[in-house]
Amino acid sequence: MVTQRPEGPPKAKRRRLLDGFFAHQLSGPTDPTADAHWPDPKPRKGFFTDTSICIGCKACEVACKEWNRNPRDGDLELTGHSYDNTVALGASTWRHVAFIEQGKERIEEARESGRKLVALGMPKVGPPSVSPGYGPPPSAELEPGVDTAPPVTPEFRWLMASDVCKHCTHAGCLDVCPTGALMRTEFGTVVVQDDVCNGCGTCVAGCPFGVVERRSDGTAAPTYREGQKKGEQPPVPKRGIAQKCTLCYDRLVDDETPACAKTCPTTSIKFGDHDDLVDDARERVAQLHAQGMTEARLYGANELDGVGGTGAVFLLLDEPEVYGLPPDPRVPTADLPAMFDRASIAALGMIAGVTLAFLGARR
Amino acid sequence: MANADCIVLQGGNMAEAHPVGFQWVAEARARGAKVIHVDPRFTRTSANADKHIAIRAGSDVVLLGALINYVIANELWFHDFVVPYTNAATLVSEDFRDTEDLEGLFSGFDPETGTYDKTTWSYAGQGGDRVGSPGQQRAGDGDAGDNGGAEQHGSGGPPLEHSEVQRDETLQHPRTVFQILKRHYARYTPEMVQELCGIGAEDFEYLARAITENSGRERTTCWGYATGWTQHTFGAQFIRTAAILQLLLGNVGRPGSGIMALRGHASIQGSTDIPTLFNLLPGYLPMPSVGLHDTLPEYLDAIASKEQKGFWADADAYFVSLMKAYYGDAATADNNWGYDYLPRLSGPHGTYQTVMGMLADEVEGYFVLGQNPAVGSANGRMQRLGMSHLKWMVVRDLSLIESATWWKDSPEIASGELRTEDIETEVFFMPAATHVEKAGTFTQTQRLLQWRHRAVMPPGECQSDLDFFYQLGQKIRDIVKDSGDPRDEPLLAMTWDYPLDEHGDPDPEAVLREINGYELTTDESGAQRPGRVLSGFGELKADGSTSCGCWIYSGVYGGDENKSARRVPHGGPGVTQSQWGWAWPADRRILYNRASADPDGKPWSERKKYIWWDSEQGRWVGDDVPDFPVDRAPHSRPDPALGGPAALAGDDPFIMQADGKGWLFAPTGLVDGPLPTHYEPQESPVHNALYAQQQSPSRMLYPRKDNLDAPSFGEPGVEVYPYVFTTYRLTEHHTAGGMSRWLPYLSELQPEMFCEVSPQLAAERGLSNDGWATIISPRAVIEAKVLVTDRMTPLRIGGRTVHQVGLPYHWGVGDHAIVTGDAANDLLGVSLDPNTQIQESKVATCDVIAGRRPRGAAADVLREQYNARAGVTLETGNQRVSDPALELTQGHLATDPPEATQDERDKEGWTRW
Repeated sequence: MVTQRPEGPPKAKRRRLLDGFFAHQLSGPTDPTADAHWPDPKPRKGFFTDTSICIGCKACEVACKEWNRNPRDGDLELTGHSYDNTVALGASTWRHVAFIEQGKERIEEARESGRKLVALGMPKVGPPSVSPGYGPPPSAELEPGVDTAPPVTPEFRWLMASDVCKHCTHAGCLDVCPTGALMRTEFGTVVVQDDVCNGCGTCVAGCPFGVVERRSDGTAAPTYREGQKKGEQPPVPKRGIAQKCTLCYDRLVDDETPACAKTCPTTSIKFGDHDDLVDDARERVAQLHAQGMTEARLYGANELDGVGGTGAVFLLLDEPEVYGLPPDPRVPTADLPAMFDRASIAALGMIAGVTLAFLGARR
Repeated sequence: MANADCIVLQGGNMAEAHPVGFQWVAEARARGAKVIHVDPRFTRTSANADKHIAIRAGSDVVLLGALINYVIANELWFHDFVVPYTNAATLVSEDFRDTEDLEGLFSGFDPETGTYDKTTWSYAGQGGDRVGSPGQQRAGDGDAGDNGGAEQHGSGGPPLEHSEVQRDETLQHPRTVFQILKRHYARYTPEMVQELCGIGAEDFEYLARAITENSGRERTTCWGYATGWTQHTFGAQFIRTAAILQLLLGNVGRPGSGIMALRGHASIQGSTDIPTLFNLLPGYLPMPSVGLHDTLPEYLDAIASKEQKGFWADADAYFVSLMKAYYGDAATADNNWGYDYLPRLSGPHGTYQTVMGMLADEVEGYFVLGQNPAVGSANGRMQRLGMSHLKWMVVRDLSLIESATWWKDSPEIASGELRTEDIETEVFFMPAATHVEKAGTFTQTQRLLQWRHRAVMPPGECQSDLDFFYQLGQKIRDIVKDSGDPRDEPLLAMTWDYPLDEHGDPDPEAVLREINGYELTTDESGAQRPGRVLSGFGELKADGSTSCGCWIYSGVYGGDENKSARRVPHGGPGVTQSQWGWAWPADRRILYNRASADPDGKPWSERKKYIWWDSEQGRWVGDDVPDFPVDRAPHSRPDPALGGPAALAGDDPFIMQADGKGWLFAPTGLVDGPLPTHYEPQESPVHNALYAQQQSPSRMLYPRKDNLDAPSFGEPGVEVYPYVFTTYRLTEHHTAGGMSRWLPYLSELQPEMFCEVSPQLAAERGLSNDGWATIISPRAVIEAKVLVTDRMTPLRIGGRTVHQVGLPYHWGVGDHAIVTGDAANDLLGVSLDPNTQIQESKVATCDVIAGRRPRGAAADVLREQYNARAGVTLETGNQRVSDPALELTQGHLATDPPEATQDERDKEGWTRW
């Protein structure tokens, strides 16, 4: 269930944000819900996907499709990529579980790269200073006598991670949408309004994560076949328009947990207020570091990154690229001021050149 | 499981096959518990464990036996638990001979019948006699045996004549169970584990230390298993080995302890409690057998003795109350409570024997409900051909599964072995309601009954099973009501009067109430009426004054409240979550919980406190319902001659066992040995390094042309089928696919049949990832896509490399499912565990070659060529007693198999398809 914060985002933070309102409209930390001028903004909602306890059951993929009535995807052929047969997020697959098989060498590299991140300001390696508010009830405190020595590097591991739309603080898709079909909800999430979208596809290029996709209208790149395989599916709805995760907007308005988080059997997908989730995520990383798992790191929790942090944050056990995630996503608008600056210099230069040319011509 | 300090998952793939239950493992791990997965493959369970240990399929008894040896040799067993609570101190008859003395056989083996006379396994009685099983004296009879009765011990132990046994609490007497156990496992060493399981000394040490450091007064270790243990020719013994180990470590009856049977479907536990098995009546009462149980007194004497200890001694009350539930007023003292209405077993009538009966034209009709034998049963070809001999069959399912359409789209149609126009079987398909379209209980792995409400009405003509059978019963009774044939009498004597709801369906709560039971009151006309609803099985009477459909479920409707429907969030405040559902028996969440306290009745430790003796109140108190006579003081020592619950001493925690003790040694109850012993699977390229006996001598064999076996170690041709394969499930699909291959969202997640092989095997056979492979066994040829993965590890066994091939069994050949493919179970043969009639489907041998299989009849030709090359005959693999001389002549197969098999691929006729 949704846990309500007693008093919205901290007031001090809000004031600071308002002070820098214009400075943070294109990139950097901000409260997107407040920016969207909702009269009664709700606390920003998000996911914390803890991949260290994902069992790869794909129940999130199925629950998502069931709730959102998304059509079956792909060609019903084995991909040969471990147990991953849906391959990527797309117009009809809004949750996707990646499977990565790794040997000892790669695990050591991941541990080392995580250790470097600690040096860059991630939580320190050592026992958590506070009770890690993680895990199911009644108490997640490590019991006395628990072995906290760094584990021997295993010979092999199999990573599983459920990916989803990031619901960015600065959403590239939303910023470039010419029709206003993409909107920021009162929960701070980003949603496509199916009846407004005209299928222009600009948002597809605008998303730094490659999440948004147009559901095929059959004119190009079909992601499903019709009539060629047994078990044809009913007519595909919402053809030709951009589709992506809505963070179950229709469930949020009824105070319900999104379908994927609701079904996750190991609480690998957690849903709640974004700020709380980020705190939990930091504590979980500290806990894993205390156990010697220095490969653990957060993705999307840094509000100074190229998208101003994401609504859906992840705990990863290796570099983002390993999971098919961009290491340094940047929203297209982040570079707008610099581009304006450069364009201005170029324009000034041109004006100067033209002026000089005219001046020269007069001589 | 959430309370365990260490969890060993072995013989199962919990995260994949039981993902919802796995949350408790995840919770234990979050609290700091160590999780170890022992499995041939690195699976999604291994990915979420602290350590994965690769093991050769079918060698678990060696590993567990070596752990028993480790625990005994290093004095790590829990002395204060073992001596009073187990039969370690009990003396065994002096006629008993162990496998150590007889090269892998126990005393009493008859090589002709393949069965044991178990009399020499008995306890030594106080009078110097042997304590036998009551009611039967013949060899191979009774407690299990030909009629496959061993599953009757699902709720209580097997019976003994009495419980006046000899004990030596110093454990020094050479005939004590403890000394026998010590000798039996002395040669199960880490070296033997390396030799037979392929597990190195370091990994063995890790496992041994993990379980022993997490056992004792302060800590508990728990085991979880599934069909990776049961589906073997001696599967029951796999579980017995774990039981011995857990008893030695004191891990029974305490929080976070035990051996968890991870059941494979939503209510498969329920389907043994109120059984769909041929050999059981509800509550694990045995089905009567011809010749053994001709009269009611014979039957009652055989199931339990009044002189033995514990609650099973009251089995007569449970049985008579069941007869009253079945037959109502028609069950009277004069007709032995309708005992003669019950059919009698004349032999093992399990699913495989029944299919062979179909092939022999002895079976005319077949109901297929909730299963898909054309895909899901071992030796699929035998299953499908069997169905073609029937006169009629009824398939009740959600979709047109392969078992309903084999007559037009099976592999046998493709090969021409069957022709649709020649098949005379009339197939009726009846659409079934899904679990959200009907109400009722599910009984899960923890014995918890949970009520489901109906969410929507079934569409169209879909019906619930309850409605279907109620209507069928009505129609049949209507047809026979005037027949006068004595054969129809039991049908007409049955109570078949359930109230109907507003949709005309029988009320499932009325059924649950009948199962729970009630007092019977007699009205003026002499007819009996249901009276007060019973609060538990303690109220059952053998005089016909109570009615109860399943004694272990009695209490679920106590106080006229459907307790299975309790759904307080988190189960309420207590640690036992007691306000969620209802657990049989008597709502106990942990069985045998008297063992959670020491012999004085005090908790073993504050940390593992659960049930204890409150001397002021004079009662057992604690977090759970005490699984013990509630006012029996810890130091109470009643005369064992009293019999029944009254004879239980204050330190007899195992109240359903005939002597009140946990059985390290099973003097009766199992047909293939009192102590678990390692044998090789029916098909194995590996030599049994422990005994001259290669396979389990009492395994059930079916030498038939349609059920040939590959040669094992020591037989010529063993190199033709050089690889070990194992079958399993994936999270994305449900068993034979009936509930998943028709659903687009699940089909897309695992769309094609595949095999998993190691990079080394792929190199050896020229297999490429995402390419095709053909897998050949003596029964079938199938094809699969290839996943080459480091998750499969080649093992060094006995100086050579053993490759294992992984095969999920969800796909089947047909025209109706969204995704189809060859069925892994077609590769399997039928050889069974004699205790349980379960087939050995977790291990067999095969060959793998690159490319797709030949089409149609050409696949059969390939299979026959392989069998000819291997010299397979009806005798292959079907010798009961291995030739002891073999050991001397053959020795170990010290080198890898001849390379010839690799060249064969390039010969004409063997090329890639």
